[in-house]
Amino acid sequence: MARMLPDPTFYPSAKLASEAPAESLAYVALLTPGENGKRDALGVVDTDPASADYGRLVGKLELPNGGNELHHFGWNACSSHLCAYAANPHVERRYLVLPGTHSSRIHVVDTMPDPRRPKLTKVIEGSEVLAKTGYAAPHTVHCGPDGIYINALGGEDGDGPGGIFMLDHETFELRGKWEASRGPQYLAYDFWWHLGHDVMITSEWGTPNMVSSGVNPELLLAGKYGNSLHVWDLRRKVHLQRLELGAEQQMVLELRPAHDPRRSYGFVGVVLSLKDLSSSIWMWLHNESTGKWETRKVIEIPAEPADPADLPPLLQGFKAVPPLVTDINLSLDDRFLYVSCWGTGELRQYDVSDPLQPTLTAVLPIGGIVRRTPHPKSPGRPLNGGPQMVEISRDGRRVYLTNALYTPWDAQFYPDGIRGWMAKVDVGPTGGMGFDPQFLVEFEEGLRPHQVRLQGGDASSDSFCYAE
Amino acid sequence: MANHSFPWLSLLALGAAHGINPAMGWLFAVARGLQRRDRRELWRALGPLAVGHAVAIAVAVAAALALGEVLPVRWLRWVVAATLVAVGVAGLTRHRHVSLGGMRVGARELATWSFLVASVHGAGLMVLPFVLGRGAATPAGLRHHHDAAVMIAGAAHFDSLGVTAPLIHTLGYLAVTATIAVVVYEKVGLRILRRAWINVNVLWAASLIAAGVLTALL
Repeated sequence: MARMLPDPTFYPSAKLASEAPAESLAYVALLTPGENGKRDALGVVDTDPASADYGRLVGKLELPNGGNELHHFGWNACSSHLCAYAANPHVERRYLVLPGTHSSRIHVVDTMPDPRRPKLTKVIEGSEVLAKTGYAAPHTVHCGPDGIYINALGGEDGDGPGGIFMLDHETFELRGKWEASRGPQYLAYDFWWHLGHDVMITSEWGTPNMVSSGVNPELLLAGKYGNSLHVWDLRRKVHLQRLELGAEQQMVLELRPAHDPRRSYGFVGVVLSLKDLSSSIWMWLHNESTGKWETRKVIEIPAEPADPADLPPLLQGFKAVPPLVTDINLSLDDRFLYVSCWGTGELRQYDVSDPLQPTLTAVLPIGGIVRRTPHPKSPGRPLNGGPQMVEISRDGRRVYLTNALYTPWDAQFYPDGIRGWMAKVDVGPTGGMGFDPQFLVEFEEGLRPHQVRLQGGDASSDSFCYAE
Repeated sequence: MANHSFPWLSLLALGAAHGINPAMGWLFAVARGLQRRDRRELWRALGPLAVGHAVAIAVAVAAALALGEVLPVRWLRWVVAATLVAVGVAGLTRHRHVSLGGMRVGARELATWSFLVASVHGAGLMVLPFVLGRGAATPAGLRHHHDAAVMIAGAAHFDSLGVTAPLIHTLGYLAVTATIAVVVYEKVGLRILRRAWINVNVLWAASLIAAGVLTALL
């Protein structure tokens, strides 16, 4: 239904969005590791400290199937609908679009009228996605000014190229493949944009065939996983530039462009360096004088030596636990970058006010392949999994973490089986952070949490066309 | 042409009404100013926005004029009425999108955007009842004569209206677009969008339908 005034959760700028009220609910993708007889679900967690149910799972919508491998779901509409060139501000932020990377299914869930009891309104089968877009294994959803953008890891038969397709934000009909000209791009993982510069950035992981059985050591050691970023003309849908990070850099994942549309830089996490198993964060930036895009490595996080007895078979030969940076997130004021080290088991907070010179401002240990650090709510009990998906509230004062990554990887790095948890971190007004000792949601056996979306928006759901 | 019956006030008001709508241009001008931190970018956007808007109106009037060459005015009236109602009904059922997909567009693309936005909203169509009313009002005394005579008399009036109507309409549009853009950029800020961006789609669609019905009846 069209509203009379813009949806109150739409903000012209990131600055105005950071004044938004605190979220009272969080939506969490809950997925079955493979087909275990259970069904995938969308969980609803109460995040209102004044509520009796604070820090509890208060709702759960079961999807028709299990084993979808739900990944980065998103809203049908967000602040980008205030953009002047494609204004559509009276649509509601209401539906969540949940893609299944394994099944290629796309689920559309209505969070109204009762946000605690979301309802399934549509399922697009993977065969239809493939027929209408040429893509399979959809992964990430972003609400764009002119529709919903979804990317996919590959195409028919599980090979590449992976790419982007569009879904109409009102009818939820597939609009087809996005790219007009893809140049050398073949691998896909994440995508986002600089709306003020009409530029899209995409990253590289691997095709469905390269990733669906987990990290393939042969492909990895041969450097076959993705090592590049791609820059696109968002308006003309054409490839502009490939930015190679180096042959030893493997698996270039989460993209976090600056939220201020005047800024033309962002950060991306690389899972592994073949040289020393370190993870790294790179900055991409537009060089005004050459007109070209460039990259700089701005953070490197080393692997930690470990007793092979504490390591899963895949890592025993290396006698080290890699940090496995698999998600990063940038606060709406572009000041703090949060980095999830899923392997070593710590969340890092960097001040990136000067994006070329990040400073480490805080580290919080939890879980981890070797450390198994407990949560303060239950200090005696080791936790497995590590901080993985990280989501930041719009005001930047709260950060939510979940611990499951991707079923085939979960099995390789946490072979004892991940027990799902979600934790909340409180952030000081000028940085620093600590766990909220009251908030640890533990999910039932056989249902693992992944992406979190906060009601009304969060630091990775919305994009803005205005700087002020 | 009798000046007292020329609908210039209505045309000005209609243009002004379009100018108020953030989706019709002023917000785009503000966005470009803010992006570059340069108020001159805002001013530079106004010309292309006005040109695109004027062309949209002129195209609609010219199309009616061309149809007037081959159709009796009475029939033309029905065609315009039916189109107004159709666009109005379509606007009620589905919000139309115009997107050039980005913000960094050149002057020509900005004008094209303005043309498309005005056209899909039926801005030019809305002017036609005034033009038709004027075009058909003068030869009213000839109504009992042969259709061809009506056509020729009507066409002569369309000619002058075909130029002046888009200009006057665009003047209203430009004055309001420029004023709001400057006030929002310099003083008010975009926070106002959250409270003041009223959904005029339904109202506008209803106006189109009403105009269509009136055109058919009068």
